[in-house]
Amino acid sequence: MYNPQLNAQGQLQHLLSIEGLPKRILNDILDTAENFVGVAEREVKKVPLLRGKTVCNIFFENSTRTRTTFEIAAKRLSADVLNLNVSTSSQSKGETILDTVNNLIAMHADMFVVRHQQSGAAHFIAQHVPPHISVINAGDGRHAHPTQGLLDVFTIRKYKPEMHNLRVAIVGDVLHSRVARSEIHALTTLGVPEIRVIAPRTLLPTDVEKLGVQVFHNMEQGLKDVDVVMMLRLQNERMSGALLPSSQEFFQTFGLTPERLALARPDAIVMHPGPMNRGVEIDSAVADGKQSVILPQVTYGIAVRMAVMAILGGGNAA
Amino acid sequence: MTLPDPEQLLEHLYQQLKPRIQDQTVLVGIYTGGVWLMERLLHRLQSELGREIPHGKLDAAMYRDDYAQRGLKTAAQPAQMPFDVNAKHIILVDDIFYTGRTTRAVMNELFDYGRPASVQLAVLINRGGAQLPIRPDMVGAELPLSAHQSYELAMNTQGRLHLSIAESTPLANKGATTHV
Repeated sequence: MYNPQLNAQGQLQHLLSIEGLPKRILNDILDTAENFVGVAEREVKKVPLLRGKTVCNIFFENSTRTRTTFEIAAKRLSADVLNLNVSTSSQSKGETILDTVNNLIAMHADMFVVRHQQSGAAHFIAQHVPPHISVINAGDGRHAHPTQGLLDVFTIRKYKPEMHNLRVAIVGDVLHSRVARSEIHALTTLGVPEIRVIAPRTLLPTDVEKLGVQVFHNMEQGLKDVDVVMMLRLQNERMSGALLPSSQEFFQTFGLTPERLALARPDAIVMHPGPMNRGVEIDSAVADGKQSVILPQVTYGIAVRMAVMAILGGGNAA
Repeated sequence: MTLPDPEQLLEHLYQQLKPRIQDQTVLVGIYTGGVWLMERLLHRLQSELGREIPHGKLDAAMYRDDYAQRGLKTAAQPAQMPFDVNAKHIILVDDIFYTGRTTRAVMNELFDYGRPASVQLAVLINRGGAQLPIRPDMVGAELPLSAHQSYELAMNTQGRLHLSIAESTPLANKGATTHV
């Protein structure tokens, strides 16, 4: 089967979604990221791999955190970084995506990090760039956010190395979450045996069981004996119509409180992709509690993004 | 060609290394073979000198000059440098010295940890063929080898070293190391 993410030698050419990536590639990325964790602790927090290369962050949709972590990752690899906030720029003057991209290629950009509100935007760009250019999907619509999925499994592997023995719960707005889809694909590929999703019926995609997960509509049942609790952000900006009564009511039923967390295994870790809505999907006592690994996720996110860029950026010269 | 016993070469290297150990000396092994050798040398030094010697491990995959051609070596091993590099006398330990490019990459990485007082290089075998103004300071043996061959250092489960020669492409720029 043709996979636009891999080249003829089966090596990673673009990172567009975790779906369809072989376990070998996921493990390569995670193992490589291990090497980059230590770089941030040295006197010089940089390695020269992407020296002389230009990385373009093209954000058709706002995201301060994701853009910042990609920017730091590229700079720690010694790349030059160009940040384009397209929502406030040429697109509002009527330029097409490909014209924007072709202009950047004419400026000798080497790598694109793309976020777009439409699913498939990064795929579309990847299909139209010359072979020496790599595209990284930094979130497209409801479809995928592969580096977030990767950093989540990297964080889990750090705290719970026995992936084949884990029970993981993903909680909240699965329907609007590209993060949840990427997490589920990554966990499944890496052999996590039990993945649960806990959400109200209105916030679950209709075909969610096909992803190989167990569905729960009740926190007390779903959290029982899990090793990892992955919270999702309630995505008010993506909701149309009345999917939820109110955010207070959501917290009453699906918010992660210390009492509910106590139902999970005593050494369970709590994750959140950020930005957090405190008091909506997660209680502050949990977010700042000793089981929370939410800030380590951010730190590891830089190492994982460095690994992806370093793997994509090498081996292109003749 | 009859190959020497690498255990004897290691003994020869140890005799050159021991007089160079000072208070501020640290050993740094270069993955993979150099780490095995560093650990063997370290173990003996510590027992003969009766004190701990700081030591680290480097891979330098992120500093190699063939990244653009060959990409990142994804099986790289994490660097371990659990000491302050500043003002230390660093002795790098590698198995095979060939072009000098690995040593250059390792030195670049080393200097991103701080400013050492000095850097020396100890290798089990210098096979000749340096392409840079870098040479080992301590050598187990000088054993020239043609460009289409490479030395392979292996270690068995008892920790005993074994040396062999493999046919290789001219691109390979150092002896491969394998566990057996």
